[in-house]
Amino acid sequence: MAKETGFMSWKKLNFGIAITNPGNAAELKTGDWRSMRPETNKEKCTKCAQCYIYCPDMVYSKDAEGYYIQNYYYCKGCGICAHECPVDAITMIQEVD
Amino acid sequence: MSKQIGIEVSIACAEAAGLCDVDVVAAYPITPQTHIVEHLSEMVADGHLDAEFVPVESEHSAMSACIGSSAAGARTFTSTCSQGYALMSELCYIAASLRLPIVMAVANRALSAPINIWNDHADLMYARDTGWIQIIAENGQEVVDLTIQAFRMGEDPNVSFPVQVNLDGFTLSHMIEPLTIPDKADVDKYLPPYRPKLRLDPANPVTFGAVGMPDIYTEARKAQDEAFKNSLPYIEKAWDEFGKQFGRYYKPVETYKTEGAETIIISMGSISQTAMTAVDMMRAEGKKVGLTRIRLFRPFPAEALFAAIKGAKNVIVLDRVTSFAGGHVSGPVALEVKSILYDRKHHPKLRNFLVGLGGRDVTDQNFMEMVDQVAASKDDGVPVAYEFINVRE
Ligand code: SF4
Ligand code: SF4
Repeated sequence: MAKETGFMSWKKLNFGIAITNPGNAAELKTGDWRSMRPETNKEKCTKCAQCYIYCPDMVYSKDAEGYYIQNYYYCKGCGICAHECPVDAITMIQEVD
Repeated sequence: MSKQIGIEVSIACAEAAGLCDVDVVAAYPITPQTHIVEHLSEMVADGHLDAEFVPVESEHSAMSACIGSSAAGARTFTSTCSQGYALMSELCYIAASLRLPIVMAVANRALSAPINIWNDHADLMYARDTGWIQIIAENGQEVVDLTIQAFRMGEDPNVSFPVQVNLDGFTLSHMIEPLTIPDKADVDKYLPPYRPKLRLDPANPVTFGAVGMPDIYTEARKAQDEAFKNSLPYIEKAWDEFGKQFGRYYKPVETYKTEGAETIIISMGSISQTAMTAVDMMRAEGKKVGLTRIRLFRPFPAEALFAAIKGAKNVIVLDRVTSFAGGHVSGPVALEVKSILYDRKHHPKLRNFLVGLGGRDVTDQNFMEMVDQVAASKDDGVPVAYEFINVRE
């Protein structure tokens, strides 16, 4: 699955910096930009999937119970999900360290 | 059989692109390039050229369409100049980085303000850092030949860069000259079909022009720089093979009467033809003057240029653009020349003149004045970055 990307010799780059393995954005770690982390309160969540739809980085996926859970490898902390959640189930928490 | 006909150079340029079987032309008209594009649109409309002509709404869109069509594997041609070039320039960088061998004829024209539709090299210099190959024609025949050669050199898999064919606006674009138009079968022999290394193809999906973050941008630029540097021998090969096949030879740097010359003038484009006349006149008077013409401005042929001028005591470099650097450094061509001389610790007396701005004539008399002025000037250690010629006080 996802791995750290980006470090390679200029000699190894594709011709015209083309990407020849489509879908490799899935490997790109966008989760290390984040200063705030979204957390979902399952008591409030109605499983409406708005967070899943609005998240620009495909962070959310549905779990066995139908809740939408975050994959923090991708979450850049933009807060869109928290803003869009119709029942305010998502809270942005300050990352520490 | 090739044929010799009296023809306007712009029309001949369009015919040359047609002989190369271009698949797509996306262009927007601008004086003095208009006839090139008009004629191509006629050729397509009349069924003489089997190509897609895309009448876009701006030069920005023209280059966008060219990038798309070239990335899909189509042989692509466009033409512009001046403000039109400025508008499309954003895309030109991308065409080069994506290694798309688009060919563009630039009917060189001054940049505003004041609004000026006449010839100088402002657009040529505007483009110098974009990563395009820049070749420069001196006369109508060269426009025809360079247009054909541009596809060959750009599409060479060892090159794969877009190519700008520069022709002076009006002084070349609107001249009617007797020109040799090569035979289609000969052009087909010289120019194999375009076979891109990678192209947009639903069966083999690729992404062109993705984001490159700080961890890869430097490597991407280094790779492009190396590829551009290494393209020079293949550009020369395209010229050599054209020479062998058509009998007209081209080189990155061309010289005229530089044997034993004490003073060498360095010029680019159609004023070189006037300069040759001036050199003949000065030689007849016993003055040891020669001319070096830069045919390839990017990639810059440093070795060849140094070889051409290294014997000279005086070097005169002509720039046909104002670069507004603050008055204490030279114009863009002179900067390149100074840079190669500095690296080789060879310091002839060098003077940089700004000439032919916005369509101002450069006469044989002007060349003689420059040569005399440089010969008479003392190298007293006071730097002279450049001087305007023909400016009214
Ligand atoms: S904070 Fe932004 S990136 Fe992270 S899960 Fe929410 S919408 Fe997606
Ligand atoms: S938007 Fe809010 S309520 Fe809807 S699924 Fe996401 S967290 Fe639950």
